[in-house]
Amino acid sequence: MSLAELICPAGTPAALRTAVDAGADAVYCGFQDATNARNFPGLNFTPEELEAAVAYAHARGTKVLLALNTYPPAGKVDLWRHAADTGARFGVDAFIVADMGVADYIARTHPGVRLHLSVQAAASSPEAIRYYVENFGVKRVVLPRILTIPEIRKIRQDIPCEIETFIFGNHGLMVEGRCSLTNYLTGQSTNMDGVCSPASDVEYIRDEATGEMSSCLNGFTIDRFGPEEKAGYPTICKGRYTAPHRPEGYYAFEEPVSLNLSRLLPELIDAGVHAFKIEGRQRSKAYVRSVVSSFRRAVDDIRAGRTANIEDLVALTEGQKQTQGAFETKKWR
Amino acid sequence: MTIDHGAVLPPRPPGAGAFARLAATLVQPILGRVVRRVAARHASLFARLGPHQGTDFVIDPVEFPFALHLRPDPKALLFRAVPRDALPVAGATIRGRFLMLLELLDSEEDGDAAFFSRDLEITGDTEAVVRLRNALDDVDGSIAEEAAAMFGPPGRAILGHLRRKYSDDAMPGGER
Amino acid sequence: MAVTDMEKLTLGPIAYHWSRDERRDFYARVADEAPVDEVYLGEVICSKRAPFHEADLPATIDRLERAGKTVIVSSLAEVMLARERKATADLAGMDSPEIELNNAAGLFAREKRPHRVGPFLNAYNEATIAWMAGQGATHVTLPVELPREAVNVAAKAARDLGLGVELQVFGRAPLAVSARCYHARAHGRTKDNCQFVCENDPDGMPLSTRDGDPILRVNGIQTQSESYVDLLPEIEEIGAMGVSHLRLMPQAVDMVEVAWAFRDVLDGACSAEEADSRLRAMCGSAGLSNGFYFGTAGYRRIEGAAPAL
Repeated sequence: MSLAELICPAGTPAALRTAVDAGADAVYCGFQDATNARNFPGLNFTPEELEAAVAYAHARGTKVLLALNTYPPAGKVDLWRHAADTGARFGVDAFIVADMGVADYIARTHPGVRLHLSVQAAASSPEAIRYYVENFGVKRVVLPRILTIPEIRKIRQDIPCEIETFIFGNHGLMVEGRCSLTNYLTGQSTNMDGVCSPASDVEYIRDEATGEMSSCLNGFTIDRFGPEEKAGYPTICKGRYTAPHRPEGYYAFEEPVSLNLSRLLPELIDAGVHAFKIEGRQRSKAYVRSVVSSFRRAVDDIRAGRTANIEDLVALTEGQKQTQGAFETKKWR
Repeated sequence: MTIDHGAVLPPRPPGAGAFARLAATLVQPILGRVVRRVAARHASLFARLGPHQGTDFVIDPVEFPFALHLRPDPKALLFRAVPRDALPVAGATIRGRFLMLLELLDSEEDGDAAFFSRDLEITGDTEAVVRLRNALDDVDGSIAEEAAAMFGPPGRAILGHLRRKYSDDAMPGGER
Repeated sequence: MAVTDMEKLTLGPIAYHWSRDERRDFYARVADEAPVDEVYLGEVICSKRAPFHEADLPATIDRLERAGKTVIVSSLAEVMLARERKATADLAGMDSPEIELNNAAGLFAREKRPHRVGPFLNAYNEATIAWMAGQGATHVTLPVELPREAVNVAAKAARDLGLGVELQVFGRAPLAVSARCYHARAHGRTKDNCQFVCENDPDGMPLSTRDGDPILRVNGIQTQSESYVDLLPEIEEIGAMGVSHLRLMPQAVDMVEVAWAFRDVLDGACSAEEADSRLRAMCGSAGLSNGFYFGTAGYRRIEGAAPAL
């Protein structure tokens, strides 16, 4: 049976401490800049905060993974290099990377620090994964959320590195690292700036007469909700649009759902997954405490041979619906 | 706390007239002391607010006869109660039930969940609200408890009383 | 003022599911009439489409090469299924013509033999480009969202390493790819039983907001911009940066005329303003944008001279 490490999100120092205290095996975090894919206003760590966080985590036996998983535009690579140097100086346990230039720099300059391959690298075949393992010494790949359990089982046989999969949190639809939707509508880039449907361009417009609310991004209406409907954040790929034969407006890409694979934990561990990633650096301490402690209990139960019992976390998921996604069946495609 | 999916917020009590003004005036010294104490003990909060330190936030607990006006400028902290017919021009407004707002303050409730279930109404500058949420999330422990404890046992008792008074069970007609 | 005559015009790989006949006619006309230097063939978006036209590949290559065009065969952006991995490995085993790789699986199979790097491999910066050059890349196409300051640095770095550098200057911008097929989904199907409904939309399936504003296009697993990228007024500056190849993505407009608009400016036969109004007349309903290049929202069109870099 694999280690089944729990990899938990840390959006702020307080959230990091919460995750560590709730039983995380590792926490992942980023700096307050474009070097990571959750570059949200007021979130993330200053260098001083990261240094203190590493000390706190290590004192309690928890690892710290630094996300450097965006793509530096030409002329700005130094920001990512300095971030890597700072992380190495503080003793982070791994870097999570996507850009080949960043991976190459770290492999040459900080060969002692583990490299994990982010979903942002979109490596979904054994060949693509092996390219990163053989050229940069990647020790672990975070699989895109689109593989089924049989596919994970198969890939496990074909690759020489560890596997990490997402177990809970927001459902990524577009292939990570290949999405310019936000930049098209707002001018801020997911790949280069680490933002997605940024709050600075969000507006909720309420129609007082009808009680409807439109969620808009830089003036584009991404969705509209009736008075009794649950509102959503205007993430572009989770909006409703019309097509010539769909004039009523439909979820062209995906409905707002969230991944929750708790019931598949035993199978995933059996399939050879080494680590389970909980998504949510932009979520609150309440979320972190609740989700991490639930999965901690579940993993400990499974490893002790007991039946796992996961609390109902529906209320914490956007749109209040859950899915087990592609992991069970191919119908999702 | 249970979230009542799709609940429509109760109508605001009158926020005008002599009663509202009196209530706001009585509460004022307390609010001033609280915000200065929180600012002194949680400096990182302000760094996370960034340019929105100068933003005017209106926090509106719907059951109260007044709303709260917050400007988290470390050089000129402002936190006061305002009758609803005298609201400032707000950069961002957060409106919801008192208990919900209290739990959001202490990150006991997840802001996303509350908003997505329409228990919380956010208007204006979304980035300002995101910053405020992230700033509040980076605080260990409970700001509400900390504030109440400033006033000793009576403070804690009042906080407990407010929690009970504005709980779901106590709402007129029940919120189901 | 002469634009550097080193800039070549290329035709990118057809993104849509055009029928076998449509493709044959298209490439015959390109061979005979289009003033482009290089043509990319091959299937980039969906492996289910490839069987419809791959049998014609040798004949098309021959036709285009006899007409003096350089041919490059491009490859899938997303490689996951067994047939996709095999197709990628087969392509990587080709000695000629040149190949363009869009996925790290292709890089793995190519084993440092010469190849072109396509826009889906995310060559955003000089460090990645240097790495790729060391791995056998001879040519790189930059991501469509890269702003001009970054294009400038990336192009110089690539040229210093002896690489060709390409930038898309016309056509819908590729914005996202997915494992899910959004064409199938729009018709209540999945990728596995799609019945090739994407064939009905030779310029992408239009999506509008619920307010009725056209916003995006669906093309199978790909999401594209509603507007066509149009960098024709900027091609002199782009050439001066060191970009050697200008890519025209095939859209459902007269691509020969589109190519002539760009060629006439390159040759100094007409002004950029005049050529751009010809372009606008051809493509008006789609909207022409250049926001990415100018570091702003991609859907926007920035008019007027940009400050010197």
